Amino acid sequence: MNDGSLREVRQLIARHKRWDVIFSVLGVVCLMLGVLTFVALLVDMWVDGFGRLRPEFFTSFPSRKPGQAGILSAWVGSTLVMFVTAATAVPLGVASGIYLEEYAPKNWITDLIEINVTNLAGVPSIIYGLLALGLFVYQFGFGQSVLSAGLTLGLLILPVVIVATREAIRSIPAAIREGAMALGATKWQTTQDHILPYSLAGIMTGVIIGMARAIGETAPVITIGALTFIAFLPEAPIKAEPPFVSFEWLFSGFTVMPIQMFNWTSRPEEAFHANAAAAGVVLVAMTLSMNALAIFIRYRLRKNIKW
Amino acid sequence: MAVVVPDAVSGRLAKRRSRYVKERLIELVLFLAALVSVATTVAIVLILLTESVLFFTKVSLWDFLTDTQWTPLFADAHYGILPLLSGTLVSSLIALTVAIPVGTVIAIYLSEFAPFAVREIAKPFLELLGGIPTIVYGYFALLFVTPLLQSIFPSLPGFNLLSAGIVMGIMIIPYVSSVSEDAMRAVPMNLREGSYAMGATRFQTAVRVVTPAAFSGIAAAYILGISRAVGETMILAVAAGTQPNLTWNPMESAATITAYIVQVALGDLPHGSLAYQTIFAAGLTLCLLTLAFNVVGHLLRKRFRQVY
Amino acid sequence: MVTAALQDRAATNAAVVDENLQPKAESVGLNFHYGTFHALKSISLPIYEKKVTALIGPSGCGKSTFLRCFNRMHDLYPGNRYEGEIRLHPDNINLLNPQVDPIEVRMRISMVFQKPNPFPKTIYENVAYGLRVRGVKSRAILDQKVEEALRSAALWDEVKDRLNHLAFNLSGGQQQRMCIARALATDPEILLFDEPTSALDPIATASIEELIADLKMRLTILIVTHNMQQAARVSDFTAYMYLGELIEFDQTEVIFIKPKRQQTEDYITGRFG
Repeated sequence: MNDGSLREVRQLIARHKRWDVIFSVLGVVCLMLGVLTFVALLVDMWVDGFGRLRPEFFTSFPSRKPGQAGILSAWVGSTLVMFVTAATAVPLGVASGIYLEEYAPKNWITDLIEINVTNLAGVPSIIYGLLALGLFVYQFGFGQSVLSAGLTLGLLILPVVIVATREAIRSIPAAIREGAMALGATKWQTTQDHILPYSLAGIMTGVIIGMARAIGETAPVITIGALTFIAFLPEAPIKAEPPFVSFEWLFSGFTVMPIQMFNWTSRPEEAFHANAAAAGVVLVAMTLSMNALAIFIRYRLRKNIKW
Repeated sequence: MAVVVPDAVSGRLAKRRSRYVKERLIELVLFLAALVSVATTVAIVLILLTESVLFFTKVSLWDFLTDTQWTPLFADAHYGILPLLSGTLVSSLIALTVAIPVGTVIAIYLSEFAPFAVREIAKPFLELLGGIPTIVYGYFALLFVTPLLQSIFPSLPGFNLLSAGIVMGIMIIPYVSSVSEDAMRAVPMNLREGSYAMGATRFQTAVRVVTPAAFSGIAAAYILGISRAVGETMILAVAAGTQPNLTWNPMESAATITAYIVQVALGDLPHGSLAYQTIFAAGLTLCLLTLAFNVVGHLLRKRFRQVY
Repeated sequence: MVTAALQDRAATNAAVVDENLQPKAESVGLNFHYGTFHALKSISLPIYEKKVTALIGPSGCGKSTFLRCFNRMHDLYPGNRYEGEIRLHPDNINLLNPQVDPIEVRMRISMVFQKPNPFPKTIYENVAYGLRVRGVKSRAILDQKVEEALRSAALWDEVKDRLNHLAFNLSGGQQQRMCIARALATDPEILLFDEPTSALDPIATASIEELIADLKMRLTILIVTHNMQQAARVSDFTAYMYLGELIEFDQTEVIFIKPKRQQTEDYITGRFG
């Protein structure tokens, strides 16, 4: 190769390598877009809402006066709805996951179920709201209640729990299953004594991530008809007189955190925006800490497992 | 050591029938739980269809598809879906203009260029970004991004599709980037090695070898992004307004299909009224739109699926 | 190579040959299909009581497949089909009969796997699992049986102070001995070994082989091994399989010193496989 063409080749290579650098920079810039948004969002809400984040904020009902309005009914409502959501999604999701991984034969029914799970994961959340409105609120007569909201959100996060359960079960090696069955365990004994305990970390991670999502969901809950201005709390589940446990709260009117934030954001008065920002800070703190909890649990429970 | 087997076995032998019954019962219960997902889909389809059918007994399909106004709650009611469709499409388009390029670049960068430490921090961070409740994004769009944009475009109204679209795009970036990145990481190393061995740079390998090889997965990521954009509710309800407006100009306010449903649900809806049925007709339209995109995506993936 | 060891044993076993050997189990015309693949072809083979029977042959000859028929392991995966019988004595029942519950079969016939597969539980809970599955709840009985099993597996002294430690922390050889203890805890009539030492170092291998020599005084053992020297060291009877067929079955000394079939001799002398 003569001198001239060697120089040409080197120039060509240098030109191409410049693209490597350009693209690396571009990649970092794009990442920074996400980081900047995240930071701007949090800082903006914190700055706007800081003034409202006093203990009274958590113990007051909404009010016409921005300075006195609080999120008491909202966070209590969210907590109650989350109970029902978990009670719906966890048993159904884990049972479905176990069935699909351990029991389901390879036939068209199984295919149908699997297609449905994938499909439901992509349905917009507001459609779940429409389903709930027609089915739970009117058809079943549960009304615009905590129960309807919890069931709806439970169905919404069902695919998340099912997928998490399946992935967790799939990671258990066949040798463990065979070892258990070779000792004379029945299928259910193997599931109870081995499959479930060893996949618990993965399942719990999926459940917590699903719940974090459910807490922030607004559209389906609005569609059911959650009230946006309520100045009462649902009946407490534990009472002082017999029969000591009450289920009235399930059928009560209610509101949840994201709806309260929505309500305040939509008000034209600027003063309410500060309340909205404060509610936003609380909401983000809840979601972020739940995600962090999920990661922590995944780490802790997997420590004893070596495969 | 004495062999105690005969007693143990004969004891178990006696219980065999009950054990069998118990196992089958458990299997049945688990099966029924798994059927709930099928039941949910069936319920969604039934509810949307029955209410929409009621709707279409009072409003003609032709009017629905061609009328340029959507004013079901006015005295002079019009039931044309076009304004809502335009709002949905314009906002989704803006969102995808942000999410797809940025998401793809991030995916290529993290998969092919970024050092290990950067990737380990970026991935969970992006997950967090996608986990922020959409109402918070809505607040951000209305009260931060819109004023910001208004300093550049003074004529921008307080409610507009542009801010909502941009923020929605940023929200969707994690969906697009994480699925694309998974698809790229699944491309085997020996394809890359073949490219490097011929003197290609990292950029050339990423763009000419890895991305085409992962195309099927990347297409899935895009479809996911589109579905998410079309189905998003709160960001638009808060920042783009709830007045239906047939427009292709992002600097105006407009209602999407989803924002309309929310707006109506906030009021008092007599069960069985035409107004009540409009939200189901709107919901049905939304589902068909999402379904159409999913089918297109599925066909695209089948066409381009690479078998290594 | 192994002739010296074999000739020693031939001498001690001379008396055995004259005894009235009873089969603990036998396969009668056993055929097995993985889907459309005909993996086992009409195998008829006695497994003598309180003796060690080894199955040898090149990779893919069907020895593990044959072994797994004995505890109905193939039932766990769809698409498999048994034909023929495996008779268990003294009951004279056919294990492969669809009316027979595979769970019951596994309660009488235990298995040790190729790679040690301890459960992510404590050593105690691992060994006690088979008993718990049978409904044994009394702590006193469990304690006693766990200790007996660990002693029989020559592991008791090493782990008696750490029964509540995780089984994962044991070495490979110890894990395999724990798996053997786990299989022994339920007093099986037959113990199946599927290449039990192929994942272990030579010292661990030697300790397992010693264990097998001890165990055969109490129960019947069927062992699959791809290591011919191991078969010669450990077993009383050997079956040579090739491509799903039983080529030759006889006392180990006969197979290794004076095989009756040319195919057997080719394999033994290393001409292939």
